[in-house]
Amino acid sequence: MTAQHIVRSYDEELKRLTNAIVEMGGSAESQLDQAIQAVAKRDSELAGRVVRNDSAIDQLEEVVQSQTVRLLALRQPVARDLRDILAAIKIASDIERIGDLAANIAKRAIALNQSAPVRPVAAVPRMGRLAQQAIKDVIDAYVEHDARKAIAVWQRDDDLDDLTSSLFRELLTYMMEDPRSISPCAHLLFIAKNIERIGDHATNIAETVHFLVIGQRPASARPKGDTSSYEVVEPPPDSGGAPEGRGDR
Amino acid sequence: MVAVLKAVEEQGTVYHVKPGGAGQALAVEEFCLWYGAKQALFDVTMAVEKGLVTALIGPSGCGKSTLLRSLNRMNDLIDGLRIGGRIAFGGADIYAPDCDVIALRKRMGMVFQKPNPFPMSIYENVIYPLRVDGINDRRMLAETAERALRGSALWEEVKDRLHESALGLSGGQQQRLCIARAIAGDPEVLLMDEPCSALDPVATSKIEELIEELAGHYTIVIVTHNMQQAARVSDNTAFMYLGKLIEYGETETVFTTPKLEKTQEYVTGRFG
Repeated sequence: MTAQHIVRSYDEELKRLTNAIVEMGGSAESQLDQAIQAVAKRDSELAGRVVRNDSAIDQLEEVVQSQTVRLLALRQPVARDLRDILAAIKIASDIERIGDLAANIAKRAIALNQSAPVRPVAAVPRMGRLAQQAIKDVIDAYVEHDARKAIAVWQRDDDLDDLTSSLFRELLTYMMEDPRSISPCAHLLFIAKNIERIGDHATNIAETVHFLVIGQRPASARPKGDTSSYEVVEPPPDSGGAPEGRGDR
Repeated sequence: MVAVLKAVEEQGTVYHVKPGGAGQALAVEEFCLWYGAKQALFDVTMAVEKGLVTALIGPSGCGKSTLLRSLNRMNDLIDGLRIGGRIAFGGADIYAPDCDVIALRKRMGMVFQKPNPFPMSIYENVIYPLRVDGINDRRMLAETAERALRGSALWEEVKDRLHESALGLSGGQQQRLCIARAIAGDPEVLLMDEPCSALDPVATSKIEELIEELAGHYTIVIVTHNMQQAARVSDNTAFMYLGKLIEYGETETVFTTPKLEKTQEYVTGRFG
């Protein structure tokens, strides 16, 4: 990218920091992948593994934090070096959250497997793939110091938001039609929301990469595509509204 | 070397100076300087904002000390020195034939790399500029000494031993004494040539604290090899390289998002 530092160990320390972030990103991506598979294939054992593996990402975050503290104390970084280090702390904390959300998806997969399969599960793998791609691309953008690639991830988050909103509507309708599905559908709602949140963390990372490369946050505010917060689905007039304690499982 | 020079030449200086609001103390215009056949400064143009702290940074031999010493004509005594361009102080060209160099230097206090107290008492050191002017009014001398020593944050440490030799002070105290001597003559500008490079970290912090306090009352131009120091104490930073002014602007920007890659490489420790 640029010239080397006069002190070579400084370069090596910065490189180690980047490597730790890349490793965290890779782990988060694979945790999400397996959590989604656990949902799609109703694999509780796999889900259990994902929950247990989350601590590995937490440990990596601690490594990143102690390295950044060390670099700040010993090197007094300025300009791009300083942004590099600040970016590493921020990105590590976003990835750590992604890991938590993936683990939560896995936990809910175990809960989902307690009840009969519901149709809207079919939308989850597609959402998962989008989120996974976003993590992969944004970590690539970080490694390559590519602000344009970061912005692309930032803009693509809309697609994930749209999918979340439509799955939300679908789940509401489904729950109204069959109250026995409320329990699995509620878990699915949270799974969808978790994936959507993972997308948001990827856009946070994209903003951090932009800051790292350009020195500023992206100029315009990203339009919020997820409208599920405002979503209302009216029960069909003939279904008589609220269930009268007949299918609470 | 030639290629680098060419690149720098084609680029021209990039400016993003923070204005002080009180106008310009010094205006350097297309200033060139030669030591014999060797050109040390190339078309330097920069305005020093009144009341602010301006830091000159750059690798050894970049011309920052030469530029500082040109501001009060300290280079005059060097054989074979030639200059081109103009330096204006308060609107008047300091290299004009009718410029009174002694009067000029009185308006600009100077602090050097190594503390250079005179072998006399602390008191006599401080009031030396007034003695030179033939002032003998005891009350005025005493008042000036106290004001200057308070101004340089040395008063509390030396008020009971004013008539002891200045050479008995520690390095940091000696440097603050030199600053007291520089401000005793009530100059408009303080020129500092690496004022902390011979001092320990505590004494360095005291001088930096002092610079912050003196800013506003005085216009300060400081040459420093310590980039963190430039970042901490100055309002504007001028980055020089191979005798040219590369980037001159707000210190915060120079150390967070410099406009030029060359500046970025220097402040992050990638060449020098």
